[in-house]
Amino acid sequence: MWQKRAIALVILIVGAGIGWWVYSSQTSASRPFKLGLDLSGGTQLVYRAKLDAIKGSDVAGSMASLRDTIERRVNLFGVSEPIVQTEHAGTLAGTPEERLIVELPGVTDTEKAIALIGQTPVLEFRMLKKDADVTATASSSINELFEPAAITGKDLASAELQFQGGTGALTEPVVVLHFNAEGARIFGELTKNNIGRVFGMFLDGSPISTPVIRDAIVDGTAVISGGFTPEEAKELARNLNYGALPVPIELISTQTVSGTLGDKAVRDGIMAGLWGVGAVILFMLFWYRLPGLLAGVALLLYIVAMLALFLLVPVTLTAAGIAAFILSVGMAVDANILIFERTKEELDKGTGTADAIHEGFHRAWPSIRDSNISSMITAVILFWFGTSLIKGFALVFGLGVLISMLTAISVSRTFLLALGFNAKGSFARFFFGSGIKTYL
Amino acid sequence: MIIVRHRNIFFALTALITLIALASLAIFGLHLGTDFTGGTLAQVSYAAGRPAPEALQESLNTAGFHGYSLREASTNEYILRAGNLTPEMRSALPQTLSIGGTYPATIAQLTEVGPTIGLELRNKAFIALALVLLCILLFIAFAFRKVSKPVSSWVYGLIALVTLIHDVIVPVGFFAALGYFHGAQVDTLFVTAILTVLGFSIHDTIVVFDRTRENLRINDERNRKEDFSETAGRSLNQTFVRSVNTSLTVLITLLVLYFIGPASTRDFALTLLVGIIAGTYSSIFLATPLLVAVEKWRGRQKKK
Repeated sequence: MWQKRAIALVILIVGAGIGWWVYSSQTSASRPFKLGLDLSGGTQLVYRAKLDAIKGSDVAGSMASLRDTIERRVNLFGVSEPIVQTEHAGTLAGTPEERLIVELPGVTDTEKAIALIGQTPVLEFRMLKKDADVTATASSSINELFEPAAITGKDLASAELQFQGGTGALTEPVVVLHFNAEGARIFGELTKNNIGRVFGMFLDGSPISTPVIRDAIVDGTAVISGGFTPEEAKELARNLNYGALPVPIELISTQTVSGTLGDKAVRDGIMAGLWGVGAVILFMLFWYRLPGLLAGVALLLYIVAMLALFLLVPVTLTAAGIAAFILSVGMAVDANILIFERTKEELDKGTGTADAIHEGFHRAWPSIRDSNISSMITAVILFWFGTSLIKGFALVFGLGVLISMLTAISVSRTFLLALGFNAKGSFARFFFGSGIKTYL
Repeated sequence: MIIVRHRNIFFALTALITLIALASLAIFGLHLGTDFTGGTLAQVSYAAGRPAPEALQESLNTAGFHGYSLREASTNEYILRAGNLTPEMRSALPQTLSIGGTYPATIAQLTEVGPTIGLELRNKAFIALALVLLCILLFIAFAFRKVSKPVSSWVYGLIALVTLIHDVIVPVGFFAALGYFHGAQVDTLFVTAILTVLGFSIHDTIVVFDRTRENLRINDERNRKEDFSETAGRSLNQTFVRSVNTSLTVLITLLVLYFIGPASTRDFALTLLVGIIAGTYSSIFLATPLLVAVEKWRGRQKKK
């Protein structure tokens, strides 16, 4: 008994401590909740990578380099906490695609966001096909004349502006590309094996320099001389230094939510949460009286635990996630309702309260377990199905099912037993009774 | 047990509800949202009063929009749905929507979905639905594997599946009507709502069946002979209050979410509300009566 009471006290203190931690982390803003774009306001852009010119084995590397480049570019513009990730879209809609997802919190102008990414140059290297009819350049597209080269933009280490002696006495601004070690090796081999062929350097899809390979180049540098003005060359070198995309990308989807809309959603969500929790606790109190009160305490502990998890994992909260959390409050008391109904039945048989509580928990367990497993199945499938919005829902829903099982069962059991009723009198019966008798 | 005894009335009622929902679906049809069809969805708010629809339409037509739909929302907003934007259309969008700056407009929300993403999500939704149903069927058959008399565990699973189909048809039919009268569109949140309803409803049905399972075992242990319909009826009676109460607490939170929650999850809360009412109804008035009906039918087959 005293042991149970001690445990109950510890649970309460720990719960209050976590609650205080969550509260103070919000008031001091040391660790704010992570909000999804629909709540914080911002823009999400989804790009498709055009990988036609990339060998299958290079896809993963190219995508990683694509992600790093865009990430560097986005950070350069001072967007706070951007998310850049790649996604492999399966075969559900025809051919598989490699996608790049860019989330820019706080950027609520779609046009500006697109421009931000759009400034990143695309650098590609191609070889003129051996049987290409060069005289037909004007009529055929570049893709038909050139084939992908072994080296790609991801092998680029840096670029610099130099002035070289051009035709005549004038010096011409050129951009010198320095490849990384891997790139230098590939480029050396490429140039050695293809002496006499035309090597094309393409910027944003158009050929800017198409020299003929005269010699093997083993020092890992290539020169782009495209008739630049010094200004153009300087800008190109700077852009290339921030990173060049190894493959072109195409915008396929955008989503922008304004900050005001997001703020309102957050406020409404918090209000709905407070009212929801209050209403559920009142309902439990009126219907189940004393155990209802304890279920209410367990529910508060559940909420505190969930909020702490949101901060620690961290879970990105979306409007759907908040909805899931509020919904989960209604569902979290389900296990308690099951147990209390079972306990009441035992009491009606004339069992003493302590035994009735034990029996109630014991018998309600298989139902609680099975029904929660079915909810978990749904949560897992939803997580797989989801776009980032729905993933937020599924994650919160799944976590809610797990945590509520813990709080509703172990916490409320500890509390109930800690009270130490073992009476058969009308007093205990009233407190353990419930709303109305039902006979159907 | 009233419900089990008068099960035919409830079968008729269930059939009626299902028919109404199916009729609503057939008449109104579902309107797929931007998520699934691809295209553009813009929510524009006008702080200083919105322009007349004709004026905005003209501005949109000039900007090269066609085949779009314009809907008034709240007091000073428009919801625009259109096909995919060209870069020119996108950059001109603030100008177009504010009719050259005459009506100051802020784009509260802009979503563009490429056609392949829409198609992919549509396929994924169907797969997710099928997957949830399949997993639940397997799980129930597994959970009830030890119950074989008088009804095999597969029957429990199949009946649960029938109630689930009911629980999906009702909110879908409701949503079709909602789409017709209020312009609600089927989006990923709707699919999420339906899948959540499935999880919740099965939750409810499992609790009722679980009680039947337990009572059957107790009867067996005590060598008590009881008619299956009696056992099932008694189990239903015992779980009735719990079923109603759990649904009540969830309905309370959903009502709160619907009335004061974020605007973006309002239709979602309503769909869940309808679905969960349907789910609770089916687990009380459909699942166990069906179980009894199947058992009676089996009994008659054996006697022949």
